[in-house]
Amino acid sequence: MILVWLIVILLVAGVLAGVAGRVNTLWPRVISLVAVSIDFVLSLILWSENSSRVQLFPQRKWIEQVDWTWIPRFGIRFHLAMDGLSLLLIVLTFLLGIMAVLISWKEIQKGVGFFHFNLMWILAGILGVFLAVDLFLFYFAWELMLVPMYFLIAIWGHERRIYAAVKFFLFTQLSGLLMLISILTLYFTHHRETGVYSFEYKDLLGTVLTPHTAMLVMLGFFVAFAVKLPMFPFHTWLPDAHTEAPTAGSVILAGLLLKTGAYGMLRFVVPLFPDAAHAFAPVAMTLAVIGIVYGAVLAFGQTDLKRLVAYTSVSHLGFVLLGIFAWNELALQGAVIGMIAHGISTGALFMLVGGLQERTHTREMDRLKGLWATVPVMSGTVLFFALASIGLPGLGDFVGEFLTLLGTYRVSIGLTVVAAIGILISTLYALKVIQRAFHGPNANEWSIPDLGARELLIMIPMMLILLWLGLYPQPVLRTFEPAMHKLQEYAKPHSVLTLNPAVHTLSYNGRLPEIKGK
Amino acid sequence: MLPLLIVTATAVVVMLAISIKRSHLLAVWLTLVGLAAAFFSLWVVAPLTPIQVTPLLIVDGYALFYMGLILAATFVTVILAYGYLENQSGYREELYVLILVAALGSTVLVASSHFVSFFLGLEVLSVALYAMTAYLSARKPSLEAGLKYLVLAAASAAFLLFGMALVYAQLGTMQFGQMAAMLSGGACYSKTLLLPGIALIITGIGFKLAVVPFHMWTPDVYEGAPAPVTAFIATVSKGAMVALLLRYFYETGLQHLGSVFLVFSIIAIASMIAGNLLALLQNNVKRILAYSSIAHLGYVLVAFLAGGTRAAAAVTFYLVAYFITTLGAFGVVSVLSNGERDADAIDDYRGLFWRRPVLAGIFTLMLLSLAGIPLTAGFVGKFFLVAAGASSALWGLIFTLIVTSVVGLFYYLRILVALYASPAETGEAAPAVLPALSRSTSYVLAALSVLLVWIGVYPAPILDAVQRAVSTLRLF
Repeated sequence: MILVWLIVILLVAGVLAGVAGRVNTLWPRVISLVAVSIDFVLSLILWSENSSRVQLFPQRKWIEQVDWTWIPRFGIRFHLAMDGLSLLLIVLTFLLGIMAVLISWKEIQKGVGFFHFNLMWILAGILGVFLAVDLFLFYFAWELMLVPMYFLIAIWGHERRIYAAVKFFLFTQLSGLLMLISILTLYFTHHRETGVYSFEYKDLLGTVLTPHTAMLVMLGFFVAFAVKLPMFPFHTWLPDAHTEAPTAGSVILAGLLLKTGAYGMLRFVVPLFPDAAHAFAPVAMTLAVIGIVYGAVLAFGQTDLKRLVAYTSVSHLGFVLLGIFAWNELALQGAVIGMIAHGISTGALFMLVGGLQERTHTREMDRLKGLWATVPVMSGTVLFFALASIGLPGLGDFVGEFLTLLGTYRVSIGLTVVAAIGILISTLYALKVIQRAFHGPNANEWSIPDLGARELLIMIPMMLILLWLGLYPQPVLRTFEPAMHKLQEYAKPHSVLTLNPAVHTLSYNGRLPEIKGK
Repeated sequence: MLPLLIVTATAVVVMLAISIKRSHLLAVWLTLVGLAAAFFSLWVVAPLTPIQVTPLLIVDGYALFYMGLILAATFVTVILAYGYLENQSGYREELYVLILVAALGSTVLVASSHFVSFFLGLEVLSVALYAMTAYLSARKPSLEAGLKYLVLAAASAAFLLFGMALVYAQLGTMQFGQMAAMLSGGACYSKTLLLPGIALIITGIGFKLAVVPFHMWTPDVYEGAPAPVTAFIATVSKGAMVALLLRYFYETGLQHLGSVFLVFSIIAIASMIAGNLLALLQNNVKRILAYSSIAHLGYVLVAFLAGGTRAAAAVTFYLVAYFITTLGAFGVVSVLSNGERDADAIDDYRGLFWRRPVLAGIFTLMLLSLAGIPLTAGFVGKFFLVAAGASSALWGLIFTLIVTSVVGLFYYLRILVALYASPAETGEAAPAVLPALSRSTSYVLAALSVLLVWIGVYPAPILDAVQRAVSTLRLF
């Protein structure tokens, strides 16, 4: 039941905030903050309970679940379930939710009630995506994330917001509909085999498809998640959407919405279609590595600060995708830590850039020169998160990238090398940001207020969390472990992966997918 | 028969009441009472079904369900018309007589099991619609729309009649049941007269459904007619024809004929593509909704082609969602209209959210339902349509459905963007917005929105009702 409460609290708070917005502008913010904080505390309680429970019941798949009938005629159930993976992502959701509400405190002045309504309902939709194990419910929540996000960008965004919002909507909707066809194909094939109509994840796991159909159906899912992730070449919506969204929108977009794509890959693409996914893995990993380098190079070329941060998301999530399709223990752990760390570090960067934009009304790095003199605390914070973003050891992103590269090394040395080069390029853009915008003489004579108490309240915990992730990620990894083993188990039945260390190839039932290290 | 009799009686009573005492409110009350009585009489009749009333009409669960749908939609239209006509001068009460007659024609259509009742119902509906479309004859667009509709509908009725004659000449019977028996008998009969006859019948049906290439009247008529009348045309007349289409083709199994299947596929694909693409070019909200309804009928045809009870249930469910959505959308349009012109330019809606948030919210919900976004009945309906198509492996049609749906998003988003445009961009105060929102209209719109979301989240009860109704349909 607690899963339902987590969602319902958000939905109700959204409606209340929407109505309270008519009364005054403070009430919606307070209501939203209280609601997300309650949810955050609940999720932390779940986490701490879980660590003791998992020792006692290692066989149990789900930590919590809720399973109700919904549309029995079609075999659709309202089935929410949480395991270690979703638990981690849910805690991240609420954390970033709190930060998003706090950061909009001064920024949003028009239509405050409706803004918080949309914010709460986006979070509820994201929660639905992370918790749903009935594919109809999953699709429902997937589409539900779209509309409030669209409103967030289209109403409270910056100059080219309509273009960005429409592009975002269309990309996601089209890919979502392709996923719908895949879901339905799976559903009807399952019925043909077993005579049972069901959208249940567990039931559909065992569906046997011909290799050709399996590849097509997997691609349907894959495209939907690849657009969200975003993977090169489906990433073109991201720079516009991130740049034009209001700060809270960017934080939720980068921190959470992109993770839904990665989550979908982990939960659905590989376990549901193990053979097709393993056959497709070389392509996916190559595209991921292209994304890493391409995102980094393009980020380096930006003059708009926010757009630069947006491109770094493409780069970072390339690592996550790489880790997922390498599909061994190290890589998967790296992917998950990478997801969480990226959410926090990029979220913080967006918040800082948003704060800068509010103070200076510009995002162009060439105009923002020599800011260190006037806002030393903010500059130091930007430096911290920029270094986190490039994978400085001791911070969370490093752990993610390191583990991912370790895992990928076992699969393909070549790709690992190129990915590492991507890290090198990321150093370039991060230091470019610091040098252009913060170091140097204060040519334009900026004199702006430094980080206030509210902003420090956001930044300091995020810095501490990144440090914690970087220095002691073990609790997070421990939570993910049972979920990871279960996922690996699902992805195994049709084939056996063997490691051939002598030639560093992925050998698979005698059919080599042709990735050879040099 | 009881519902039909009650509707007829109501029409007569209202007509007499007008001649005794001309009062808008009285006419509306009588109409509403009559419609409600007819609606409740459905439950009285239900235990006695199925009844074959003369060879012409069959009253089974399927017919009763659609009758209920039509009566409910008419009820809502009457309330919308009341709020709309309050601002008009001239003779207002006759519209309700016409609406009742049109409703009567539609109910005959859904219960028809014979060509004669098909044609009778169709003509009764059409003639009433001609007059309803041109009702506000002082406005040029209305008059033009009415005349266009008259000429084109009459021509299509002629085609329909010719087709019926050809089929009769071939099969020697006009009753659907007997046709089914003959066609399944396996007797070798030549198709020389049958196929052209079917083609001409499809022409007649296609006109009423407003599918490509019989759709040319739709944008002009929708734009010219008064908003509540447009709501009626978009829902009741199309819905009744879809019901008949399902019954006729499923009962006689004609849709399995290769050429018929091909023709309907082409019509469906063309409607989906043309409807969505042409709507992109429009700036008039009523015309956008007209083209989008062409596209929606294309989607319905995809499910129709899938065949079987599942498809019939999907089509019926989609119609329920479509009725609610269209009534809501045109309801908002009619609420915003004033005495001189309907609120059909997009500029009338610019920044509506900041002036009248609830109305904008309702319109948003309706648009999202048309686009097929979750939480709305439109999503569930579209899902079932795609599921029906997928179960019969109509992949080409489904892909077209999906791609054109995404194209459709463009223009829905355009209206949405206008609704939420910030006040600074609106410029001077929005023109021509209605003075007072009559209480009844606001209740009706609120009820429609609640229903929309409820069905979107918990469709199981309606789905069961639809399934029960469709199971009484005689399949080939």
